[in-house]
Amino acid sequence: MSPPLLVAEEEGQSNISTVASSPSLDSISHNGTALKERNYLGLSDCSSSVDSSNVPNMSDEKKDNMNLKATELRLGLPGSLSPERDSDLYASNSSKLDEKPLFPLLPTKDGICSSSQKTVVSGNKRGFSDTMEGFPEGNFTGNSGINVMLPRSSGPQPAFMKEMPAKVPQERPSAANGLSHNHTGTPANGSAPAAKAQVVGWPPIRSYRKNSLANTSKNNDEVDGKPGPASLFVKVSMDGAPYLRKVDLRNYATYQELSSALEKMFSCFTLGQCGSHGAPGREMLSESKLRDLLHGSEFVLTYEDKDGDWMLVGDVPWGMFIDTCKRLKIMKGSDAIGLAPRAMEKSKSRS
Amino acid sequence: MQRMALSFPEEVLEHVFSFIRSERDRNVISLVCKSWYEIERWCRWRVFIGNCYAVSPMMVIKRFPEVRSISLKGKPHFADFNLVPEGWGGFVCPWIGAIAKAYPWLEEIRLKRMVITDESLELIARSFKNFKVLVLSSCEGFSTDGLAAIAANCRNLRELDLRESEVDDRNGHWLSHFPDSYTSLVSLNISCLGSEVSLSALERLIGRCPNLQTLRLNRAVPLDRLANLLARTPQLIEFGTGAYSSEIRPEVFSKLSGALSGCKQLRSLSGFWDVLPSYLPAIYPICSRLTSLNLSYATIQSLDLIKLVSQCHNLQRLWVLDYIEDAGLDALAVSCKDLRELRVFPSDPFALEPNVTLTEHGLVSVSEGCPKLQSVLYFCRQMSNAALITIARNRPNMTRFRLCIIEPRTPDYLTLQPLDAGFGAVVEYCKDLRRLSLSGLLTDRVFEYIGTYGKKLEMLSVAFAGDSDLGLHHILSGCDNLRKLEIRDCPFGDKALLANAAKLETMRSLWMSSCLVSYGACKLLGHKMPRLNVEVIDERGPPDSRPESCPVEKLYIYRTIAGPRLDMPDFVWTMEDDSEFRIS
Repeated sequence: MSPPLLVAEEEGQSNISTVASSPSLDSISHNGTALKERNYLGLSDCSSSVDSSNVPNMSDEKKDNMNLKATELRLGLPGSLSPERDSDLYASNSSKLDEKPLFPLLPTKDGICSSSQKTVVSGNKRGFSDTMEGFPEGNFTGNSGINVMLPRSSGPQPAFMKEMPAKVPQERPSAANGLSHNHTGTPANGSAPAAKAQVVGWPPIRSYRKNSLANTSKNNDEVDGKPGPASLFVKVSMDGAPYLRKVDLRNYATYQELSSALEKMFSCFTLGQCGSHGAPGREMLSESKLRDLLHGSEFVLTYEDKDGDWMLVGDVPWGMFIDTCKRLKIMKGSDAIGLAPRAMEKSKSRS
Repeated sequence: MQRMALSFPEEVLEHVFSFIRSERDRNVISLVCKSWYEIERWCRWRVFIGNCYAVSPMMVIKRFPEVRSISLKGKPHFADFNLVPEGWGGFVCPWIGAIAKAYPWLEEIRLKRMVITDESLELIARSFKNFKVLVLSSCEGFSTDGLAAIAANCRNLRELDLRESEVDDRNGHWLSHFPDSYTSLVSLNISCLGSEVSLSALERLIGRCPNLQTLRLNRAVPLDRLANLLARTPQLIEFGTGAYSSEIRPEVFSKLSGALSGCKQLRSLSGFWDVLPSYLPAIYPICSRLTSLNLSYATIQSLDLIKLVSQCHNLQRLWVLDYIEDAGLDALAVSCKDLRELRVFPSDPFALEPNVTLTEHGLVSVSEGCPKLQSVLYFCRQMSNAALITIARNRPNMTRFRLCIIEPRTPDYLTLQPLDAGFGAVVEYCKDLRRLSLSGLLTDRVFEYIGTYGKKLEMLSVAFAGDSDLGLHHILSGCDNLRKLEIRDCPFGDKALLANAAKLETMRSLWMSSCLVSYGACKLLGHKMPRLNVEVIDERGPPDSRPESCPVEKLYIYRTIAGPRLDMPDFVWTMEDDSEFRIS
């Protein structure tokens, strides 16, 4: 599974840079503050299924910015981290930069496109945060929240790839070795090997097949602690948004991770509301504008459970949530007011 | 030629044409001369539209007034792997609306990767008195309420097949909407549904339908009810179980075994969710009759699989998980000499280390032992050029070859070289190859081979391959029969695309995502090629807000006579043939 989201303590400046590979962005290195899972709403032990051991697994082996790449925010659909990235981290001594990363989140070396990165910055205060008590303000430097929130796109290849076609094949075999090193290397750290970070739509297996495998292995107990194999895609809709998304609930271990990912995924819609969505404009929202917008329109995350009822997300332990969640919906806070009491009753009757 | 054409009365020609079933041949006939065009269009009974946006409903209706069967495909194939954002399109509603009025005698609707609503299903149920076949393959947007409408109203329904669709499954009551007077069911596939259907309603339904040939149940149907169901339908040819696990009870086992054996025509089995291996022997008595076996949900291990397939001497199609391992494929190669199609799916695609011993060896074995093998889908973790060359030499009759090495850009594990030579051998030796999917480490060289040898190739899927535009150029300039090309994460850009723009009009569609095609090139292409729709899919916002040289995220180009579509969501832009763009 993809590495779980890291949220640093609020005290530290703890800005997690998203893609460190772009030279034009300021990468703020993770200062190594202890990474702590926050209990959503401070209620149930949502963190039960969290394996934070996965995280240090990656970060221990790298230094500085390399750390960050592994622990970057990853969103909704698998697709942000490519296998090549790992080899990038390991084989960083040689000048392998020119052949990787192959799935940059941004069109990295192409400086022209980087202009789009800076202008849209996710606000510090999030609509969802407001509804989640006890949730620290996630400090994200948006690198283009836009690019980062596109889980499906692994980004275009850097332009320079065209310029050195001859070199690449020879270098690749060692990269492949680097890869296999990587994979055998991780268990050496003593924790269960994290499943490889996933590229969107690869390997090309239909969702129903993945879901079916997931359900099967749930029935057979996983004794050796291997991470759950497959995906649990659910649709996510948002009031006012033109299209749905799908997220794989197995990519997250806490509500916090899920909501952060969704925020990023759907912030393009909140942009659209006051931006010139669809019209050929060059305006992008400034950070403060976005913050204001999110302040003003509070969004609430809800889900439909197996009984067909709509509930506020967060009222049951994470494990139970992913078992019962059929679909997600991001509602305006005002629309969701009626949900709270029912949700409480339901969870009471459950416990 | 004209004299000859006129010398036959229309009725004779029409009669002759009625023996021509293939759409392609029909299309060719209609090009001979105007009178043949006229005659042919009045007797075209079946229409296949491979891209619902290539033509408008009105155009179809205008040309073919007597259609009884319509097939439509919507989203690009990569939508299966979540590469096409939700809401992209493929809405069938306008089609249903139009054909409901135009073809009151329509009998068959087959849709693939389309979005269909309950309203459309209700319209279908009301509009076509003689409606017989509804196949919804990988569709979405509807619920079991829509199915209830179909069940309640389509008196002559023969086939209801929901294969792999995403249904808003509210409950299983819809099945009870088939009236007691309804007896014409021939094929029912509800394997994609999650909820329980009323088993007694199901039993009554299949009990009163003497022509039932295909029954594919869903996972929720428990094992101990199968025997009763099968007992009511001994004429069954294709059967899909529900969950194949239950407490071990001897009477369940023996009843099941007896019921299966009682279906003397049974040739195809599927389902097998949650398999409990101790119930597998219930199938043994019928194994020798089986021609098709889908075990791709069954988490049975290699030894049990070997015991099973070793008895299936007449097997033509096998879908299985990689639990079968090389040893199982060796057994398959020995026992199943009639095998035509093999699909091996990964049981744990995201594991870092292989969880089973399934390598290139298994595929080589099958290619040696099964002389009729022509269709392969194989997921594995290692491959070598030597193996691919061997497979190609063994099976020059291969027509569909899809290899997925799970890790992108994996080289030949023996030599660490790219797999160019291996795939090159496949296209070279397999002269009738129609479909090919590549994987592993590949340079431009492999595309050179494909362009040179892949003359019959119709569909090509490429991922994480190639070095430069030359790769794409080889494909587009060399593959004469290419219809569908789908590419992801390859360093292909503007040059090859623009240089081969004319080729695109000879193809159904081209998909490119995470490549290097610039917005400027897309605009140019759209401008120059009015008979193509060049659609840019970009979730970063309008492409105009970025420099023209910026690569687009995703690109979908298809030929069309219907002009740009009007149902695009906000993240899709069609490059117009518009003077506005001429200046820049």
